[in-house]
Amino acid sequence: MYDVHYHRPATLDDALNLLAGADDGKILSGGQTLLPTMKQHLAAPTDLVDVRRIPGMRGIKVEGGHLVIGAATTHAEVAGSAEVRQDIPSLASLASGIGDPAVRHMGTIGGSIANHDPAADYPSAVLALNGIVVTNRRQIAADDFFTGLFSTALEEGEIITAVRFAPPKRGAYAKFPNPASRYAMVGVYVADTASGVRVAVTGAGENGVFRHGALEAALGRSFTPAAVEGVATPAAGLLSDIHGDAAYRAHLVGVMAKRAVAAALG
Amino acid sequence: MQVSMTVNGQTVAAEIEGRTLLVELLREGLRLTGTHVGCDTSQCGACTVHVDGLPVKACTMLAAEAEGCSVTTIEGMANADGTLSPLQQAFNDHHGLQCGFCTPGMVMSGAALLAVNPKPTETEVRHWLEGNLCRCTGYHNIVKAIMAASGQQVGETV
Repeated sequence: MYDVHYHRPATLDDALNLLAGADDGKILSGGQTLLPTMKQHLAAPTDLVDVRRIPGMRGIKVEGGHLVIGAATTHAEVAGSAEVRQDIPSLASLASGIGDPAVRHMGTIGGSIANHDPAADYPSAVLALNGIVVTNRRQIAADDFFTGLFSTALEEGEIITAVRFAPPKRGAYAKFPNPASRYAMVGVYVADTASGVRVAVTGAGENGVFRHGALEAALGRSFTPAAVEGVATPAAGLLSDIHGDAAYRAHLVGVMAKRAVAAALG
Repeated sequence: MQVSMTVNGQTVAAEIEGRTLLVELLREGLRLTGTHVGCDTSQCGACTVHVDGLPVKACTMLAAEAEGCSVTTIEGMANADGTLSPLQQAFNDHHGLQCGFCTPGMVMSGAALLAVNPKPTETEVRHWLEGNLCRCTGYHNIVKAIMAASGQQVGETV
């Protein structure tokens, strides 16, 4: 790893100033992707701005019926939170299956969605639950947030401070993890929300997480595993790699969707 | 830059680079070579240590991030009189190691599990160890050792 200036700001304003003053500053929020990437010299920021200890960036609260999860809240904290388990058990369950225990004690929800790895778990939750990404400047609807592979709507100088979720009527996440990396080969989050059934697929799309319109329509008519049968998932636009080709992933989307619906029905 | 933290109960201060990994500070700076580096890609878990009581991969955390934290390594696991802790003794009793390379990480990971879940099922132990790889594939006796340290036997619970 190339050397880097490490900063631990005490406030959000300090963090923004440090980023603005750096040649190539990056936010460090757990670093479970960023540090391995830096070791491989695929990223070489001049400055790292560690946001994990900024007061207000970490923790979970309930506000007006919404769960508000601070961006620097770890996966283990979300998985173990009484509020999350009560209001959105499927989200707690997703968090409890990210990576492995040691990774879950460092990795954060803000870091995960800002990175938008195509095989990350959290983007599917934010999209299926119609979450709102809160930054230092604005609130971004999930449908507008994920713009492509490793790309989001975040602008220069914009930091995620929290993610807001309205509890769905029911929901579940099912993933087929790669047995070595634990990343999702395919993960499907199904949520029966106030604005209808939303289905988000991670691990499969060439452009990252995406909504599955045909499954949403079918499950909107009948929220049952049987409704998933007969819904085709085109292989076009899906990832092909050494772990599985697009046709295999397309098939897995249906299998995981069925499992997720069955789990949501309890 | 300067960093200070508590390691195995002792206050330490060191001059580090921004890029210095926690495991590099432990092994090269403090000569605590019990913490191993296996893959250096955060997959194998040989470098697992506790930071403020929680298991993390010391190869994927900057030393600077541990400022002010309490770090425990395998060297801090034995009893004060130098005898093995119950979990270490269980690894010994149940032959929970072959080549021993993954053992420090396995012990640190197992100890972290028992701290939050004193009576895990065998399934819970196996899932918890997803981030700790044993190249000798000696998982069965590792699971046995952790179960024994929790006062249970393999096969008693699933």
